[in-house]
Amino acid sequence: MAEAERSLPRSPAVGVAEPEASTERSRARREWRVRIRNVLYPVGVVLGVLVIWEAGTRMLAVPAFLLPPPSAIAVSFIANAPLLLFHGWITTAEILLGFALSIVVGIPLALAIFLSPTFSRSVLPLLVSSQAMPKVAVAPLFLVWFGFGLLPKVLIAFLIAFFPVVISTAVGLASIEPEKIYLARSMGFGATATFFKFRLPNALPAIFGGLKISITLAVVGAVVGEFVGGDVGLGYLLMVANGSMDTRLLFAGIVALTVLGVVLFLLVELAERLAIPRHIIAGDRGVHETA
Amino acid sequence: MTQTKPPSSETNAEGAYLCLQGVSKVYATHDGPVRALEQVSVGARRGEFLSVLGPSGCGKSTLLMIAAGLLRPSNGAVSIDGAVVTRPRTDIGIVFQSPVLLEWRTALGNVMLQAEAKKLERTAAKRRARDLLGAVGLSGFEDKYPHELSGGMRQRVSLCRALIHDPNQLLMDEPFGALDALTRDQLVLDLQQIWNQRRMTVLFVTHSVPEAVFLSDRIMVMTPRPGRLDRMIDIELPRPRTLAMRETPEFAAYIREILDLFLARGVLREH
Repeated sequence: MAEAERSLPRSPAVGVAEPEASTERSRARREWRVRIRNVLYPVGVVLGVLVIWEAGTRMLAVPAFLLPPPSAIAVSFIANAPLLLFHGWITTAEILLGFALSIVVGIPLALAIFLSPTFSRSVLPLLVSSQAMPKVAVAPLFLVWFGFGLLPKVLIAFLIAFFPVVISTAVGLASIEPEKIYLARSMGFGATATFFKFRLPNALPAIFGGLKISITLAVVGAVVGEFVGGDVGLGYLLMVANGSMDTRLLFAGIVALTVLGVVLFLLVELAERLAIPRHIIAGDRGVHETA
Repeated sequence: MTQTKPPSSETNAEGAYLCLQGVSKVYATHDGPVRALEQVSVGARRGEFLSVLGPSGCGKSTLLMIAAGLLRPSNGAVSIDGAVVTRPRTDIGIVFQSPVLLEWRTALGNVMLQAEAKKLERTAAKRRARDLLGAVGLSGFEDKYPHELSGGMRQRVSLCRALIHDPNQLLMDEPFGALDALTRDQLVLDLQQIWNQRRMTVLFVTHSVPEAVFLSDRIMVMTPRPGRLDRMIDIELPRPRTLAMRETPEFAAYIREILDLFLARGVLREH
C-alpha cells in the first residue's frame, strides 16, 4: 500500500479538477456527435434514395407514367397544391371524425369490458371478429346503407381505428400493481376516487399507445372508404389520377397522405406529452415478492 | 430462555390494542388450497413495536394484510380496541416492500395523497408533509418525481405518506428489504427516531433478524409454512438503540436465540 502511494505522482497542481473538466468536455463532444448522427444519417439515407431514384429514372429513361422522377413529383405537388389541399382537407375531416368516434366509443367500451367480466366475455368475440373481418369488404355495404357522403368514410375509419383503443385501454386499466389498489383502500379512497386518482392515470401510457396506432389506422380507413365510393378526398384523387395515368399526381397524392398521417401521429404524441408530463414508466414495477 | 408457549397464552394480552385471535388463511390455488397461516393469535399493546419475523413464504405478509383489514382471514378475527375489523382500516399508515409511489406525482404530491384521502386541510397538511420529508432528509426533493429519486429516497417518501395523518398504527411489510445495507441501516435509525417521538403501535414484518432485534419491543417468530406463532421474544435492550449496540453480547444473544430456533425448525441448515 505504502509502496503504491510512493509511486504515485504527488504534484499538487494536478488536482481532480483537470480530469473532471476533460471528462466533461469529451462527454459534451460525444453527445454532440450523437445528435448530429441522429439527424444526418436518416436525412442522408432519404436524400440518397431520392438521388438514385432521380438518376435511375433519367438514365434508364423510365416512362413517367410508370415511375416519374422525384423532381417531377415535386413539380406536380406544387402545381396541384390547391387541389391536394382541398381533397386533403376532406380526408382530414373524415380521419379526425373517425378517430374521435373511436375514442368516444372505444374508451367507454373498454371501461365496460374492464368493469364487467360477463360483458367482456359476451362482447369480446364480436369485437375480435369485427377486426378479423376485412373492412374493404364491408365498405360497399356501408355505401349502400349510408350513401356517398362523409358518413360511410367516417364509419369505416372508425371501424378500423377503434379496436386498438379498446384493447389498450382495457389492458391499461387492468394492469396496475395490486399494492396501489391496496394502498388506495387503506387510505380510504372510494371506488370512484381510486379510479380517477390511481387507475386512470396509471393506464394513460397504454391508452395513448392505442391512440397512436388508432390514428394511423384511421388514415387507412378513410382512404379505403374514398376508394370504394367517393367523389372527394385524397383517396378519390388517387383513383382519378390512376385512371388518367397521371402517375405524377398519384405520387403527389401519396406524399400528401403520408405527410398527413405523420402530422396527425405527431399531434397525438404531443397530446400524450401534455397529458403525461412525466412520461416515465416506473422502473421498479413488477419486482414484488410476497413473503 | 423463553420456552415455546402455546399460542393461547398470547391472546387477549392485557391492554392489547391490535388483537388477532385464531387467525388462519387458506389460499385457493390451481394446485389446491394452500394454508398460509394457521391459528395465529397475538396481541399488540398500544405503542408497542412488534416485529413479525420468519422465513419467506411463512405468511407474514398475509398476516399484515389481515391486520390492515385488506384481506379477510379464513378463520378467526382481528380486533382493534375490542372492535372487530371487517373492512380496510383507514386509521393506519402502511408501507409496502416496494414504495408504491404514483409515478405521475412528485414526492410532495405522493405524501399529499394521504391528506387528500383523509380530507385534511390543505395548507396545514402541506406544511406537515414538508416537515416530514425534511425529517427523513428529503428537503429539496419535494418536487422531484419518483424516477428522479433513489430507492432509499422513494421508500422514505412512502414512509412520510404513511405518517402524515398521524396514524395510531404503522404497518410495515419488509419496508427495507429491497435496499442496500447502508441505506437500510440509515432507514432503520430514522424509523426508530420517528417511533421514539410518536410511539405509535408498529407491526413490522421482516426477514432480517438483526433488524427485528434492533427495532422491536417484541418479536413474533413464525414457523415455515403454514405460518404459526413459534415463539414470542421480548427484547429488553435499552432505548434509543445505537449501531454500537449491535456488537454487544446481549444483542448477539438475541440473534443467537432466533437463529437457533430457525436451525431447530429447519429454516436454516448448518452443513
